Amino acid sequence: MSALGDPPLIAGPFAHAPTSIGLTMRLVMLALIPGTLVGLWQFGWPAINLFVVTIATAILAEAAALRLARRPVRPYLLDGSALLSGWLLAMTLPPWAPWWIGAVGGLIAIIVAKQVFGGLGQNLFNPAMIARVALLISFPVQMTTFVAPTPLFSADAPDFLGGLAITFGAQTYDAMTSATVLGQVHTDLGTGLTLLDILPSTYQLNQAAIGTVAGSLGETSALLLLLGGLFLISRRVISWHIPVAMLATITLCATAMHLVNPNHFLNPGYHLLSGATILAAFFIATDPVTAPVSARGRLLFGFGCGLLVYVIRTWSSYPEGAAFAVLLMNACTPLIDHYVRPRIYGRDRRGEPLAYGEDNQGTTR
Amino acid sequence: MSPVSLLHYRRPRRRLWRFNGGIHVPDEKALSNGRTIAEAPLPRHLILPLQQHIGAIARPCVAVGERVLRGQVIAEPSGYVSAPIHASSSGTVVAIEERPVPHPSGLAGPCIVIETDGEDAEVAPLPSLIDYRHIDRAKVLERIRACGIVGLGGASFPTGVKLNPGPDHPIETLIINAAECEPYITCDDLLMRTRAETVIEGVRIIQHLLGAKECLIGVEDNKPEAIAALRAALADSDLTATEVVAIPTLYPSGGERQLIRILTGKEVPTSGIPALIGVVCQNVSTTAAVADAVLDGRPLTSRLVTVTGRAIAEPRNCEVRIGTPAADLIAHCGGYAGEVRKLVCGGPMMGFKLESDQVPITKGTNCLLALTPAEAPDPGPALACIRCGRCAEVCPTNLLPQQMYWHARAKDLDKVQDYNLFDCIECGCCAHVCPSHIPLVQYYRFAKAASWAREKEKRQAEHARLRHAAKQERLEREQREKQAKLREKAAAVKGDGAGGGDAAAKQAAIAAARARAAAKQAASRAPDAPRSAQDAAQHSAQHSAQDAAQGRPPDSPPDCAPTPPREAATKAGAGAAAHTVTED
Repeated sequence: MSALGDPPLIAGPFAHAPTSIGLTMRLVMLALIPGTLVGLWQFGWPAINLFVVTIATAILAEAAALRLARRPVRPYLLDGSALLSGWLLAMTLPPWAPWWIGAVGGLIAIIVAKQVFGGLGQNLFNPAMIARVALLISFPVQMTTFVAPTPLFSADAPDFLGGLAITFGAQTYDAMTSATVLGQVHTDLGTGLTLLDILPSTYQLNQAAIGTVAGSLGETSALLLLLGGLFLISRRVISWHIPVAMLATITLCATAMHLVNPNHFLNPGYHLLSGATILAAFFIATDPVTAPVSARGRLLFGFGCGLLVYVIRTWSSYPEGAAFAVLLMNACTPLIDHYVRPRIYGRDRRGEPLAYGEDNQGTTR
Repeated sequence: MSPVSLLHYRRPRRRLWRFNGGIHVPDEKALSNGRTIAEAPLPRHLILPLQQHIGAIARPCVAVGERVLRGQVIAEPSGYVSAPIHASSSGTVVAIEERPVPHPSGLAGPCIVIETDGEDAEVAPLPSLIDYRHIDRAKVLERIRACGIVGLGGASFPTGVKLNPGPDHPIETLIINAAECEPYITCDDLLMRTRAETVIEGVRIIQHLLGAKECLIGVEDNKPEAIAALRAALADSDLTATEVVAIPTLYPSGGERQLIRILTGKEVPTSGIPALIGVVCQNVSTTAAVADAVLDGRPLTSRLVTVTGRAIAEPRNCEVRIGTPAADLIAHCGGYAGEVRKLVCGGPMMGFKLESDQVPITKGTNCLLALTPAEAPDPGPALACIRCGRCAEVCPTNLLPQQMYWHARAKDLDKVQDYNLFDCIECGCCAHVCPSHIPLVQYYRFAKAASWAREKEKRQAEHARLRHAAKQERLEREQREKQAKLREKAAAVKGDGAGGGDAAAKQAAIAAARARAAAKQAASRAPDAPRSAQDAAQHSAQHSAQDAAQGRPPDSPPDCAPTPPREAATKAGAGAAAHTVTED
């Protein structure tokens, strides 16, 4: 790594903007806090337990891997990237899943998806999404069992000990399970029902927006996550290109298909506010390590993510496709970076020096 | 209209363009621009490097022990792209030897050392060319050259050369670079405030020399006093088609290519010079120096230098004789205050670190910057690149700095050039915003130096290959000719021995035909060999001719071939610096 064996700094600049990886990561976490708190409150102690287990595993795995690779542990742990990966993974898990789902997920995210590739900055795929997909394929039952929200301290909510029993024990909670909107619609459409029959009983848009519906921790409070995302854009931690392109593409696809057959295709509101759309658009697809660099490349990347999310949700056997969409586009990132490059000062789009002719004009083609 | 009312006349806002990225940095100008200009005292010794400009090194024309006067030429230019050096005070030449010079490499360079006598006696000044409009252009240019004027913004390219773009490039727009976008530096600001009339006179001279239709003076809007002073001086003059344009403060607006883009919307083609698009850009201090040279006959023997940074007791601007040791100048500004983390020659973004304050002020030195640990904190170890792309967002050339960094780290020189490494102006924006604190510019300098070295090797190898092929051809040809001769001889002997006869005659005829064929073949190949040798010679001659014409080091790769000479030479300098780093 560049942390070792760098030549002494003799070239400028001798001034530096007050920025660091740690600061960037902390800003992302700050933006995640409101949505996370609401999610944790909605789903109570089991969700808190799972959240803690996932993050703790991720940090321990990072420390172990760094030590094994004989890298400086402190600076890389303090940058907060492992904590953030664990956090994002926890946001995509069913909140009442058993502890080992979080633990196995944390190990996969950090060791398989990140450190094996060479650590921070080297991984091709988003660690949290790799972990989520691996879990979904390996443990489909645990990964698709959702509960209706039972806010902390409400009558139905498990207390602290009850929470421990759910996360660490074998206590079942079948009585409380509930399908996500996308899941419900997916299943029911398969049985031949139309949206007109399904939706009224399962879904209200405003509930999805504030987060009082069944789903993963980060799938529920779309509005708070949106606010967090806008905060990140305003602080220039992320650029607007990926979220805007991704959300616009989903909206366009959903609108077009909904107009074609409103009885079979959900309207864009459902697509934007339910599932992991907002979380993915602002916090996951924008992971700089696995997204393209140039502005146009990012637009393309966001477009691809949006299109894939829509296609997977609508025509595949999975009700939600954000994780798959982001991973598939991650795979395209090197290709996008290779072909989509900005026009350089004094050169045309093809990279040739600008022509200058009789008219004495540097013309930009 | 009185000048005052003209001042308040709001002209329609001029359209300005943008370049990609750029950064807002704390400008720190208030540190030094509040105090008046001080005259730096005459030092005991003046150290005058022979290479204070881009191009051929100056040739000393005085001997050790000789007495010299202020303004006397002590070293002559040794080529077209070169500049003379003048004594900046009277005294005795005590040494012509290697001394530490302000250069990124930290190496020594040949200098003339004058022990001053305190009299400051002057040679008779050159006659004023106040009537320059009616004097031959070449004479005015010769005056500018004879007065040793070079670009004072830091690049130090001989001004006489730059003001003579040739008949192929008609100049429409003269741009005066008064942006002074580097943080901390205020010498151009103070010059404009105090000598605005001289600047305007300089503009008039340069505009006349170039035949430029219009002149735009670009000043960053964080210098309102300078803008007002220039506008007042302009209103007092009869100069037309000249405008003082306030441009938004954004680093690096003062980069030549960036300023041209801001003011005209045109882009200088990669590896071309601004004259290609009808633009010439001159630094504002250089403009004033041109006026001094043409109107007063004064050679360049002193310049304004900003001495600043929080590790300087009294940061301010000083009028400094070229050759004054930096230590003397700093002492004159109250000396150091507290701990000095870094002493920098130039600004914090593009300046370079000085290992010692015993180096002299040269024509290109615009700032001495002493930074405290708080101003230049230790960035800590560089962490891994997280590909955040901030570097690409701020790059004023719109490059992809992080891709160049990956390939430079991997020492993949082809790839890094494929990402247009040689378009990088080393402004430092990318490294400034990098959250991982990676010294990106250092990687680019390393890659540039390595590319130059590789190109040189390649050329030498190619040359050797051509020579080898030519030699091989020649040896084969000689061999063939020898054999043909031998066969002829043998046939003749045989013929003699047999005493004639049908068979012998036939054989002789066959042998002769063979010999002819061989000779023919040899002859048809023969011209090849000299041609390839000739090619090789021509090839290298062309190359060195191009090199000379473009003022680039002969070992630079074709990618940077038509790079403006200034840049090429700075690159070469930087390359040398990077070399020393990597070898450390």
